[in-house]
Amino acid sequence: MKPGTPALLGLVTACFLGLLAANVDARVLHEERSLYSRILVQQQGSTVCLQFSVRSQQRNQSCINSRRPREMVFAYTRMSMVSLLFTPDPRNILVVGLGGGTLPTAFRDLYPAAHIDSVEIDPAVVRVAERFFQFEASDNLRVHTQDARVWTKRAMRREKRYDIIILDAFNGEYIPEHLMTREYLEETKALLAPGGTLLANTFAISDLYDHESTTYTSVFGSFINFRIPESANRVIIVGDRALSDDELRNRADALRAPLKPYAVPIERFTDYVIKARKARPDWRTTARVLTDQYAPANLLRSR
Amino acid sequence: MSLELLGGRVLAPYFGSGIYVWGSIITVFMLSLSLGYLIGGRWSVNNPNLFRFGSIFLGGAVLMYPLVLFAEPTMQWIFDRIEDPRTGSLLASTVLFMVPTIILGMISPYSVRLLVETVERAGQVAGRLYFVSTLGSSLGTLATSFFFVLWFEINTILVLLTGALVVMFGVSLVCHRLQLDHRS
Repeated sequence: MKPGTPALLGLVTACFLGLLAANVDARVLHEERSLYSRILVQQQGSTVCLQFSVRSQQRNQSCINSRRPREMVFAYTRMSMVSLLFTPDPRNILVVGLGGGTLPTAFRDLYPAAHIDSVEIDPAVVRVAERFFQFEASDNLRVHTQDARVWTKRAMRREKRYDIIILDAFNGEYIPEHLMTREYLEETKALLAPGGTLLANTFAISDLYDHESTTYTSVFGSFINFRIPESANRVIIVGDRALSDDELRNRADALRAPLKPYAVPIERFTDYVIKARKARPDWRTTARVLTDQYAPANLLRSR
Repeated sequence: MSLELLGGRVLAPYFGSGIYVWGSIITVFMLSLSLGYLIGGRWSVNNPNLFRFGSIFLGGAVLMYPLVLFAEPTMQWIFDRIEDPRTGSLLASTVLFMVPTIILGMISPYSVRLLVETVERAGQVAGRLYFVSTLGSSLGTLATSFFFVLWFEINTILVLLTGALVVMFGVSLVCHRLQLDHRS
């Protein structure tokens, strides 16, 4: 036996025991097979998490800590709050994809006068958000249980306009391909009020990264490719391009206190956003744009 | 089957990709095929020949091609008038896919009529025909969902399908001619 082996063995054992402990500790509160996914709600200490994945490496979708219910557990949720840098006083907000309802709830608490619409295809997810994640719909915060594409088309006809639109419809397992096409983004763009901000939580790996990037460029010209070192997610931001770096920093300053309970390090994020504004595309700019005619997002993702 | 799979893609932008959209498509395809079998069987009674058989393919091609041109405005028209995506998707798949699928359903019974020479062999012929057509369906499904959607636009695949039907028409026409020459 080499000298390093016992230490390695010890480390492996420790990791294994750690995993075991984590698993033992996690208590399943709710499990359900809905029309669209498998929903699993687990509790670990004071944290309750929602998962959609069926793989063994389960990815959490949304978590809430009952001791600090406003704290955002996930990086991409925190990252979504930078939309407020570009539109600091939103009156109408659209969130596509409910999850645990973390984002709509945060927006409602921060802007009690704002009208918030959330679109979620799965009624089971809405029920779970209400039961386990302190989500509450109200007159100002409405949930529409519908396919987002169909809902968006209807909203266009009613000439709805939103100051902030958050696209967060991908739960990590299967991508609804009709929500990742140029036409869908064009329809969403039509719902954006002048000077409004669109923010999308999307994929950072696989071929899909390239295709999705070119699809966004084809509709919005350019976008901010917002990434942070501690998260594998990337967030696409389309916002007011005329804002100067100093204006963004001033707004971050003003947001620091209100965003504190949400654990959003807005000033650090702002630095990343400012850097990302000047960055060159790091994707293959010749990747084929995804359209209603060509939308093999799930196949591209596995490459 | 290839057309059926593409149907889901065609409807998704207007009616979503929920289970009811697939329900609508499968309902319409099954209903249309059943009608097609009935009509094809009836049509094979009088003076069956390869020319008539080939004209089914041509009819299928002619009625499938409008999907490329008019699917969008048709769905927009239905979307503007019907709020419920279930009714909308059922109506849209009826309008878009029913007629071409009825025509394509006529092929199988007509083939039975052309291929069966004796009553004793009828079962064997029908069995082989089911074998070929269902095998074709499964290969069409596989090719479309695994590869075609990755290489081509939906409309391109539809044009290719239309082209394949026209080729089949041409083949039956040539065979029909050869048969006539052979007889004379």
